[in-house]
Amino acid sequence: MTEGPGIKDATAIVGIGQTAFARHLPEDERTLACRAVLAALDDAGIAPGEVDALASYTMEETDEVELAKAVGFGDLTFFSKVGFGGGGSCATVAHLAGAIAAGQATVGVAWRSRKRGSGPRPWTNTSVQLPTPAQWTRPFGLLRPADEIAMLARRYLHEYGATRDHLFNVALACRNRANQNPAAIMYERPLTREMYMTSRWISEPLCLYDNCLETDGALACVIVSRERARDCRHRPVYVHSAAQGLPAQHHGMVNYWNDDPLTGPAWAAARHLWKHADLTPSDVDVAQIYDAFTPLVPLSLEGYGFCGRGEGGAFTEGGALEIGGRLPVNTGGGGLSEAYVHGFNLINEGVKQLRGTSTAQVPGAATCLVTAGEGVPTSALLLRS
Amino acid sequence: MLTPVTDADGAPFWRYAAQGELRVQTCSDCEEPRFPPRPCCPRCRSFAIEWRRTSGRGRIWSYVVPHPPLLPDYAAQAPYNVIVVELADAPRIRLVGNLVSHAGARLDSLPADRIRIGARVQAVFTEDGLPQWVLERP
Repeated sequence: MTEGPGIKDATAIVGIGQTAFARHLPEDERTLACRAVLAALDDAGIAPGEVDALASYTMEETDEVELAKAVGFGDLTFFSKVGFGGGGSCATVAHLAGAIAAGQATVGVAWRSRKRGSGPRPWTNTSVQLPTPAQWTRPFGLLRPADEIAMLARRYLHEYGATRDHLFNVALACRNRANQNPAAIMYERPLTREMYMTSRWISEPLCLYDNCLETDGALACVIVSRERARDCRHRPVYVHSAAQGLPAQHHGMVNYWNDDPLTGPAWAAARHLWKHADLTPSDVDVAQIYDAFTPLVPLSLEGYGFCGRGEGGAFTEGGALEIGGRLPVNTGGGGLSEAYVHGFNLINEGVKQLRGTSTAQVPGAATCLVTAGEGVPTSALLLRS
Repeated sequence: MLTPVTDADGAPFWRYAAQGELRVQTCSDCEEPRFPPRPCCPRCRSFAIEWRRTSGRGRIWSYVVPHPPLLPDYAAQAPYNVIVVELADAPRIRLVGNLVSHAGARLDSLPADRIRIGARVQAVFTEDGLPQWVLERP
């Protein structure tokens, strides 16, 4: 098979930065964005004036002009934004990797700054049309992302015999890793099965602990070519493969209207990701799986090929997601227990694992899968050291 | 309560619902029904559209029971149910709605423990033309 130059290992993440995470941070989103971006550049050992490419989410409030003028970037020649909320997290890095590999830029910064903890909940805004076909769902009281995903979760449990204990396994693995991570919001808050099973409902069958945190915080990372990466401060983390995924006849979080609603964007992203990789799912040492809601993890495990259809729940049994298990996941605590910043903390945690600096380090980790939001048009990265 | 914010594609659905009819957008050329409504047929790319009346019968495909925090009008009825119904006439057409005790009843009029995936339901309509669902065998 003939292949173009592609992006395989052509670029590397060489800097990561983050602010504190909290339910309420005093500074505004723009200031937090500046702090995270400058921290990432400092981590890389690259001056802000060298940055010529940016990528973020369409939901990001701080735009390129504001960021560039505040932190003193030079001439920018590439900037892109990706839609669909947390589905765009990995795509920000993917867009920069593509641009740098194609020669459109040399130093790229991806970032996300969000005050979701102290800001309003997006679903409470009744005047805007949310990125779902609202007329078919909202009048009936299907109001929040939690309700929309709970509908798919109920069907998933029904169809495959998965149980709330499987969802608890996901919540527990994330919480256990957060308990090792001083930067995590849930650092000092252990979770028990008793707490999970008796917690209040949000949208049955999902309870409080099936839902991600509401967090203020910002993160950023720096991407350069593999040649440039050798001169940076830390061991490069190569972008081995990257993909976006919007499958045929997909409907976002209300994916009720096609032949197979439980096969989501992860499957489409995975096909491209593995096709362009030298690795298979069994080669992955550690994974950062987007976890706005616990059911997204079994669905993603199936989509990215760690197990078969309907086996995602059973996969979580026997401590499989814990350190030492078949596939340690969300080793910083994830969106469920470290911070919910639209999945950007999962990218930076993947970099930490491959540098060997995670607070819950998987011994000898050399490959890491990072995924973006499942249930919306998504994206994924396969990183290697 | 939120009323449907319709668009050009969806407006006919609500117009027929206001007359007590459950109709589904269908391709006039290849006869494939589709939902949600859209400008052209994803199967044959025809722009020819008709709205076919359905029996209004279906089965519950999934359901949730939302609890607060919710918008005030919904919080006042919580916990209530939201169901997805698979239409008997077109199994891939699934409609989001509420299972209620009778047409026009509150969202919480039927206890959540009465809801089963697979249960047969029938469309009814509120005075405002919003479709609701009742159990075929209550």
